[in-house]
Amino acid sequence: MADRSGSAVSLTRLLAIARKEFIQLYRDPNSLAIIFVMPLLLLLLFGYAVTLDIKEVRVAVYDRDRSEKSRDFIHRFAQSSYFRMAADAQDYKALTRLINLREAQVGLVIPNDFSRSLDSGRSTAVQVLLDGSDANTANIILGYTRAVVQGYSQSVLFDYLGHQGITDRRLPVELRPRVWFNEELESKNYIVPGLIALIMAVIGALLTSLTIAREWERGTMEQLVATPVHKLELIIGKLIPYYLLAILDVAVAMGVGVLVFQVPFRGSLPVFFLLSSLFLFVVLGQGFLISVIAKNQMLANQMALISTFLPAFLLSGFMFSIANMPVVLRGITMLVPARHFVTILHGLFLKGIGLGVLWPEMAALLLFVTVIGALAHRRFSKTIT
Amino acid sequence: MLRRIREMLKKEFIQMLRDKRMRFVLVGPPLIQLIVFGYAANFDIRHIKVGVYDLDQSALSRGLLARFERSGYFDLVRRVADEKEIAPLLDRRDVTAVIQINHRFEADLKSMKSAQVQLILDGTDSNTASVVLTYSNAILGDFAEETLRDRLMHVDAVLASYRPKVVIEQRAWFNPNLESRPYFVPGIIATLVLIVTMSLTAMAVVREREVGTLEQLMVTPIRPIELIIGKTVPFAVVGLLDAALIALLGVLWFDVPMTGNPLVLLLGAVLYLLSTLGLGLFLSTISATQQQSMLVSFFFTMPVMLLSGFTFPISSMPVWIQYLTYLNPLRYFLIVIRGVFLRGSGVVDLWPQLAAMALLGVVMMGLSALRFKKRIE
Repeated sequence: MADRSGSAVSLTRLLAIARKEFIQLYRDPNSLAIIFVMPLLLLLLFGYAVTLDIKEVRVAVYDRDRSEKSRDFIHRFAQSSYFRMAADAQDYKALTRLINLREAQVGLVIPNDFSRSLDSGRSTAVQVLLDGSDANTANIILGYTRAVVQGYSQSVLFDYLGHQGITDRRLPVELRPRVWFNEELESKNYIVPGLIALIMAVIGALLTSLTIAREWERGTMEQLVATPVHKLELIIGKLIPYYLLAILDVAVAMGVGVLVFQVPFRGSLPVFFLLSSLFLFVVLGQGFLISVIAKNQMLANQMALISTFLPAFLLSGFMFSIANMPVVLRGITMLVPARHFVTILHGLFLKGIGLGVLWPEMAALLLFVTVIGALAHRRFSKTIT
Repeated sequence: MLRRIREMLKKEFIQMLRDKRMRFVLVGPPLIQLIVFGYAANFDIRHIKVGVYDLDQSALSRGLLARFERSGYFDLVRRVADEKEIAPLLDRRDVTAVIQINHRFEADLKSMKSAQVQLILDGTDSNTASVVLTYSNAILGDFAEETLRDRLMHVDAVLASYRPKVVIEQRAWFNPNLESRPYFVPGIIATLVLIVTMSLTAMAVVREREVGTLEQLMVTPIRPIELIIGKTVPFAVVGLLDAALIALLGVLWFDVPMTGNPLVLLLGAVLYLLSTLGLGLFLSTISATQQQSMLVSFFFTMPVMLLSGFTFPISSMPVWIQYLTYLNPLRYFLIVIRGVFLRGSGVVDLWPQLAAMALLGVVMMGLSALRFKKRIE
């Protein structure tokens, strides 16, 4: 071992290993199908299914006033594209039931002095009942409700002032929002690039961790080591076929994102492939490292899932905003490769930024590659000798 | 028969708990997941970082900005002196939005003219962005109304005292502070039980086949049904223990309220286990090697998790996918578990979900057992 490790890395041997690995993969149609079909299927399914947009909120109303004003008020909800009138409740109990059965997501109770109060220039309180168990949805619904109520409130005020002879119906201050990068605020534009990162993080690590763990279990790794192959050649040679397959996956996924899901791509393609390659080396290397440590398929699988899927799902910013996490957890997210890749993909797809802005993420990925490579190299020689 | 099942169970438990790493896999990942989920899974949006581009620098503009800061939703972290600074701030995600107040803001307001406030918003994360929009609109709406009243005060003090207005009296049931943690932590129980029972059952059976000991078992007088019971019950027990552990930690550590009856939860969990174990058994019949069983179980876990309402609301999905979710046992168990934890629901409220799980469980378990039996015969 010692005499070989000093010799230079030979390209011929490296390519021979890569070729062997390719042939092995080629003969295993099951794995190939998984490599190609799984990412695509997952992306398509989730791209369609997974959305945080909340539209057509079902409203139930218990109108105790039954006046022209209260009907006008309800009409504003019906007109808004965010709401859909689900039911008219005859009493409070019926309203409660509608919410409990989830037939209505929000319930409005209009007090019986609604129009009287407004006509005489006083304020009136509309009760808004929500099922708070899904806090995010409830918050968004509350926001929509507030917007409709505020709009109505303002028009009532202006009507009132009109009667008093003040005809200027403009508000003194208005908010002019300008939304950048995702102008229509569509969650698919945010979720699809994140999904690509999530799926590739898992597939990448699973691929290498399993195939190499299998080689250990069957004893063929020892046979390989006994040949005059340099261990660096072995590591790189084994990774090359998987890298090529994975980068193909990334390209297809990106195509699907742009063509099927209409996510804009505003960055540069070379930068996209450069940074994607870097990320794939990290996750493939991670899988390799796991397989060297675990040497057992069942454990390798568990480790790969725990170290890739969960962090990529929870700590990458794909779903949950990192800025909201406790400081310790925020620090930990820096160690999650997918976090950096999610940032990169959002930047390239939506913001159209380049390496000038993304260099810290690129540096982080480079650091991961180096550390994982060094660790894999060391653990590998230890386990053989 | 009972004796054989007992012996079989004994063997399975020994096999499961003998391996040190396996013991860790049964307890470690669930705990790690709970802790990470408990802290990370959070949709509550507070302390949004905001930049300020205040061209007016007047008392009124500062007053408006102070309202943003006081709301608790916004942290004014950056002052922008030049328009060119805005784009890099948003590109690097140093801020989520920039509030721009133009020259003559105060002068316009004082001279009874209309003024505008610009909000330049990073829309990448659409969820956060729409929340920011909502909050900003509310703050500005209040500010506008007060300004209007001040103006009226100058015109006619009597008129200004009249304020027709609709206010909201908000009542969020079951979770009055609208925190997302009580929603997510119970959900973790459901997903973990799925992962532990489904993937480990599949793998345990396939491993036995790979090593060849399944054939050995077959030549013993054990009947297939006994074999199935022996293979599934240990993981059911572990799954239930994991669930209890997480529920306990959720209540004690994360302060999730437990308003319902834990026995209803247990009933739901047992019905749910029928489906997950049935799925695991099914996966073992379609995979030849451990590697395949892992990939296949991952391939099942992800859609089951994401299409269950665990994190993404089912009602926002396309209709055909919504129908698909009726086949997902996790969908029902999540309603049960959240019902018991947050809403204090009992069997009376939850019977449709319990019945659906029982039906799914019996069908899945039955079909898988049949397939399994066929394969080993």
